[in-house]
Amino acid sequence: MAEHAHTAHAGVTHGADHDAHHGPAHGFIQRWVMGTNHKDIGTLYLIFACVMFFIGGTMAMIIRLELFKPGLQFVDPMFFNSMTSMHALVMIFGAVMPAWVGLANWMIPLQVGAPDMALPRMNNFSFWLLPFAFTLLLGTLFIPSGAPAGGWTLYPPLSLQGGDSFPMAIFAIHLMGASSIMGAINVIVTLMNMRAPGMTLLRMPMFCWTWLITAYLLILVMPVLAGAVTMLLTDHFFGTSFFSAAGGGDPVMYQHIFWFFGHPEVYILILPAFGIVSEIIPTFARKPLFGYETMVYATASIGFLSFIVWAHHMFTVGMPLAGQMFFMLTTMLIAVPTGVKVFNWTATMWKGSMTFEPPMLFAIAFLFLFSIGGFSGLMLAIVPADFQYQDTYFVVAHFHYVLVPGSIFGIMGGVYYWLPKWTGNMYNQALAKWHFWLSAIFVNVLFFPQHFLGLAGMPRRIPDYATQFADWNLVSSIGGFGFGLVQLLFPLCIWQCVRGGERATDKVWESAHGLEWELPSPAPYHSWETAPSMPVIAHGASH
Amino acid sequence: MLRKSSTLTAALTALVGGLASALAAPAAHAAWALNMPPGVTAMSQRIYGLHMTIFWWCVAIAIAVFGVMIYSLVKFRRSVGAVPDSTLVHSTKVEIIWTVIPVIILVIMAVPAARTLIQLEDTSNTELTVKITAYQWKWQYDYLDQGVSYFSTLARDSDAARQLESGTDVFTVPHYLLNVDHPFVVPVGTKVRLLLTAQDVIHAWWVPDLAVKKDAIPGFVNEAWFEIQADKPGLYRGQCAELCGRDHGFMPIVVDARSKEDFAAWIKAQAAEQKQASTALTRSAG
Amino acid sequence: MSIKSDTHDSNTYYIPHGSPWPIVGSVALFVLMWGAVLFLNEWASAWAFLPGALILAFMFFGWFATVINENEAGLFNLQVDKSFRMGMMWFIISEVMFFAAFFGALFYARVLSVPWIAGAGTKIFNPLLLWQGYNPGWPTNGPAKVGGFEDGSFSIIPAFGLPAINTMILLTSGVTITIAHHALRAGKRNILTIFLAATFLLGFLFVGLQAEEYGEAYKELGLKLSTGIYGSTFFMLTGFHGLHVTIGAIMLLIIWLRVVRGHFTPGRHFGFEAVAWYWHFVDVVWLGLFVFVYWI
Ligand code: HEA
Ligand code: HEA
Ligand code: CUA
Ligand SMILES: [Cu+2]
Repeated sequence: MAEHAHTAHAGVTHGADHDAHHGPAHGFIQRWVMGTNHKDIGTLYLIFACVMFFIGGTMAMIIRLELFKPGLQFVDPMFFNSMTSMHALVMIFGAVMPAWVGLANWMIPLQVGAPDMALPRMNNFSFWLLPFAFTLLLGTLFIPSGAPAGGWTLYPPLSLQGGDSFPMAIFAIHLMGASSIMGAINVIVTLMNMRAPGMTLLRMPMFCWTWLITAYLLILVMPVLAGAVTMLLTDHFFGTSFFSAAGGGDPVMYQHIFWFFGHPEVYILILPAFGIVSEIIPTFARKPLFGYETMVYATASIGFLSFIVWAHHMFTVGMPLAGQMFFMLTTMLIAVPTGVKVFNWTATMWKGSMTFEPPMLFAIAFLFLFSIGGFSGLMLAIVPADFQYQDTYFVVAHFHYVLVPGSIFGIMGGVYYWLPKWTGNMYNQALAKWHFWLSAIFVNVLFFPQHFLGLAGMPRRIPDYATQFADWNLVSSIGGFGFGLVQLLFPLCIWQCVRGGERATDKVWESAHGLEWELPSPAPYHSWETAPSMPVIAHGASH
Repeated sequence: MLRKSSTLTAALTALVGGLASALAAPAAHAAWALNMPPGVTAMSQRIYGLHMTIFWWCVAIAIAVFGVMIYSLVKFRRSVGAVPDSTLVHSTKVEIIWTVIPVIILVIMAVPAARTLIQLEDTSNTELTVKITAYQWKWQYDYLDQGVSYFSTLARDSDAARQLESGTDVFTVPHYLLNVDHPFVVPVGTKVRLLLTAQDVIHAWWVPDLAVKKDAIPGFVNEAWFEIQADKPGLYRGQCAELCGRDHGFMPIVVDARSKEDFAAWIKAQAAEQKQASTALTRSAG
Repeated sequence: MSIKSDTHDSNTYYIPHGSPWPIVGSVALFVLMWGAVLFLNEWASAWAFLPGALILAFMFFGWFATVINENEAGLFNLQVDKSFRMGMMWFIISEVMFFAAFFGALFYARVLSVPWIAGAGTKIFNPLLLWQGYNPGWPTNGPAKVGGFEDGSFSIIPAFGLPAINTMILLTSGVTITIAHHALRAGKRNILTIFLAATFLLGFLFVGLQAEEYGEAYKELGLKLSTGIYGSTFFMLTGFHGLHVTIGAIMLLIIWLRVVRGHFTPGRHFGFEAVAWYWHFVDVVWLGLFVFVYWI
C-alpha cells in the first residue's frame, strides 16, 4: 500500500463491528443488499447496467430483424413500436446512466482520496430503486395491453392512448428519476465535501469534473421530467388539460417540458465519457492532458448551453420564427466548447509517445466517431435542413453515433482502463482488442448507412418501408447482428479477468497518473481511510 | 407479439433471402441512394444547397481534424521511437485560435441558414389554400375555396401486401407503401398554402421533393407552403413523419402536380361531382 | 447495530455498515407504485395504496430513528454534518425544479398557448378553422369550456380572501420558526418549544384552510381539477404545494417532539435546520403561487 501519513482531518469510523473493518461484511445479504461500500455498490450498478444493455440490445436486434427486408415478417406494428420505445428507455435509463453512476461510485472516492461516498446509505437506496423501476417497466411487456409504444419521448396525445402499461411506465420513470437524483446528490456532496485536504477543485481528475457537471444537470432536469410525466398521468386519469387545446393547453407544451429535460439528458449521457477519454489519452500518450483548465471550462459551458437549446428537437412543430432562430444559433454554439475538447484531446496526442492498449483504442475510436456524430448534430441544428432530416434515419444515425461509439465506447474504455485496478488482474488484452476492432467495424456498418437512409427519405419509427430503402437496411441489419454478437466478448473478457489472470501492478499502466493508481491493485475494500498526504496527491496529480 | 417458435428459422431464411434479393435487386427502385433529392421547388433546391454546403464544411473540418489525429497516431507512437514532449500542456494562443475559427465557420453557416429560414416562413401571397387534416391513419384534403374535399389512404395493393404473412413479395407491388388511393392534386407554378391540423394525435406531413415537413397537431393549425416549378409536373411521394401509433408507417402522401390548366379542369370536375353528390344526399335524406 | 464507544473520534468520517432501510424503502416505493397502478387501471380499489404507504412509513420511522440514534451517540463529526447539509440543500433544489415544471406549464399556457388558440401571432387560422368565437384571457377553461359547471362556466378564488390570509399564516410561520431557531442557538428551550409548536400549528391550519378552499371551489365555484387549463394548473400547483406543506408540518412536529425530548444543542442541530430550510422553501413556493396563480 502506498505510504500515506495520518492527517488530522479525515479518518473513518465504521458503524458495524470492528472485525469487518478491513474486509466486506459477512453474509451475502449483508454485503450486497444492505451494504454501503462504494465499491460494492459500484459493482452492483455496473452489473445492472450490463444486464440492461443486453436486454435493450436484444430489443434492438428485434428491430433490426424486422427491418432486415421490406414487408412485415415477424412482428406486429404495435409490438415494433413497443420495441423502439422500450429499447431507448432501457438503454438510456437502464444501461448508460447506471453505468455512469457505477463508475462514479467506484472511481470518485478513489480519485479524490475519500474513504467512501458521502452518503453511503442513500447510495444503496439509489441503486436498489433501479431493479424495482425496471421490473415495473419491463413488466409491461407481459401484460395483455402490451408495452408503451409511443416512442421514448412519450408525446401526447399518442402516449395518452396507451393502455394498462401507461401508468406502469410513468411510475417506473418516477423511480428512475428519484434514483438518479439521489445518485447525483451523492456525487456532488462527495466531490464538494470529501476531497482529501490538498485535493483542490482544480486538481481534480477530469472524470470527477465531468461527473460534477453531469450531477448538476441531473438535479436540475430529472425533476422536470418527473413533472412532465406527472402531467401526462393527470391528463390521462384525472381530466386535466395540460396537453389538450380544447381545455386551453397544448400538446407541444409537453414537448417543451420534455426536451428541457431531454437535451441536458443527452449531455448527461456523454459528459462522463468526455471525462474518461480525458483520463485515458494522457496515460497512453504519456503526456499530461493539454489545457486542463480549458477542458473544465468547456465542460461547464456545454452544461450551461445545454439548457438553452432544447427546442432544436421540435423545429417542425410550428414555432415562431424568432424561436426557431434562437434555438438554431444556441445549438450551433455548442459545437465551440465541444470542438475545444476535441482539439485538446488531439493536442494531447500531439508529440506524445503513444501505445494502443484496449482503453486507448476505445478512446481513439471515440474521438473519430463521436465527432462524426457531432457533425451530423450540427447539420441537424440548421433549421431549414432539419426540416428534411427531422424524424428520419438521419437523426437515428446521428444519435447512435454519439451514443454507441460515444457513450458506450466511453463506458467500455473506462472499464478496460480500470478493470485491473478493481480485480487486481490484467485481462486478456488480445481478446479485448478483438472486441474493440470488431465493434469499431460493425458499429459503422450498422449506423453509417442510416445516414443514407434518412437522406433518401426513410422515416424513423416504422416497422416496414418502401423498397428503395431495402439495400441499406440490409447492410445496417447485418452490421447490427455483427455488433450485437461481438458484445458477448465484453462480459466474457470481464469474467475471465475477475476469475484470474496475470497480476496487475499497482500502477497498471506505465504512465498512469491519479490517486487511484497510488493504491494497491486490487483496491482494498476500504481505501483512503486516512486521507492521502500532500506528496501522494502531488505525485498522483497529472497536471 | 413475436412468434417465438418460428422466429429463428424465419430469421435465417430472411438472412439468406434478403441477401439473395439484395444481390438480385431489381433495377426498378432507386437502389443504394446516398443523398437527399434536390426536389422540385426553388425552396427545396435552396435547402439542398444549404445541406450540401454544411456537409462540405463538415467534411473539410473532418479532414483537418482527423488529419491531425491520424498524423499523430502515425508519427507519435512509441513503436516508432516517439519521445513525449511533456512541456506541451497549455497554450492560450492556440486555444484562442481554435475557439475563434469554429465561431467564424459557424457564422458563415448561420447566415444562409437564417436567410433561408426567413423565406420559408413567408406564407404571404399564396394562390391556393388547402386544409390538411391528419387522422389515424389517413389524410384529408380540403380545398377551402373550391369546396372540394376527400380522403387519401394507403393504396389497396400495398395494404394487402404489408400484412404479416401476406405471402406477397413486396418488390412486385408498385410503389410499395408509397402509393395512395387519391393523390393530393396541385397545380405547378402556384404558391400553395397548406393549413395542417389533426383530429387525434400528432402527425407530420412530409414530402421530401417539396422540402415541406410540418407537424399536424390536434387543436392547432400550422401553416406551410410550396411552389412546384412550372416545368416539373409529376408525382411526388412522402410519408407521415411523426409517430402516430400502430400504422404510422402506413399513411403515405402522394402529390400529383399538374399543369395549371389540367388542375383547373380537375378541380372544376371535382367540385361539380361533389356538389352533385351532396345535393343527391340531401334530396334522398329529405 | 452496536456502536462502540471507542469509535467516535471527532476526526473521523462515519461510514455506516449495512442497513436494511434502503432496501425496505425501495420495496415500499415499489409496492406503493404498484398500488397506484392497480388503482388507476381499476384492477383494485384505493386500498391498494395501503401496503406501500405502511411500509414506507415504517421505513421512514426506522431510518430516521437509526440516524437520530447515531447522532445522539455522537458519531457524526462536522464533516458528516456538512454532507447532510449539502445533501438537503441539493434535495431542495431538485424540489424547486419539480415545481418549476408546473410553473413553466402555467406560464406557457398563459403567455403562449391560450393566445395562440385564439389566433395570436402566426396562428391566425386557429380561430378561423377550429375554435370560432373563443375569447382568450385568464382564467380560462379553453375554447371547449372543459369542466366547470354544466354550462362550462366557473369562478375562481379571489386572491384577497382566504389566499391572502393563508399567505399571512405562512409568512408568520416563517417568522416563528426563525424565532425558534434563534432561541435554540441561544439555548432558550422554552421559547424554542413554544415557537416551534406555533410553526407546525400554523402549518396545519394552512392545510386545513386550503382543504376548506378546495371544498368551496368544487361545490360552489365549478373550479375542479378538470376545469380546463386553469383548473389543471391551479390544482396541480396548489395541490403539490399543499402536499409539501403537510409533509413539512409533519416534519416540524417530529422535530418538536425531539426538542421536547431534549435533542439538539445550540451548536449542532442539523435536523432542525434541514426542516427549517424545507419550511422556508415551502414558504417561497407559496409566494410564487400567491402572485402567479391567485393574484395576477
Ligand atoms: C450523447 C448524446 C448526444 C450528443 C452528445 C448530441 C450532440 C448534439 N446534438 Fe443530438 N441528439 C441526441 C443525442 C445527442 N446529441 C439524441 C438521442 C437525439 C434524438 C432524440 C429523439 O428524437 O429521440 C438527438 C437529436 C438532435 C437534434 C434533433 C434532430 C431532429 O429530431 O430533427 C438536433 C438538432 O439540432 C441535435 C443536435 C446536436 C448538436 C448540435 C450536438 C452537439 O453537441 C455536437 C457538437 C460536436 C461537434 C460539432 C463535433 C466536434 C467538434 C469539432 C471537431 C469542432 C469543429 C466543428 C465545427 C465548427 C462544426 N441532436
Ligand atoms: C444509449 C442509448 C442507445 C444504445 C446503446 C443503442 C444501441 C442500438 N440501437 Fe438504438 N435507439 C436509442 C438509443 C440507443 N440505441 C434511442 C434513444 C432510440 C430512439 C427511440 C425512439 O424513437 O423512441 C433508438 C432507436 C433505434 C432504432 C430506430 C428504431 C425506430 O425508429 O423504429 C434502431 C434501428 O436500427 C436502433 C438500433 C440500435 C442497435 C442495433 C443498437 C446496438 O448498438 C445494440 C447492440 C447491443 C446488443 C445487440 C446486445 C448485446 C448482445 C446480445 C444480446 C447477444 C445476442 C445478439 C444477437 C442475437 C445478434 N435503435
Ligand atoms: Cu401519421 Cu405518423
Ligand atoms: Cu438535443
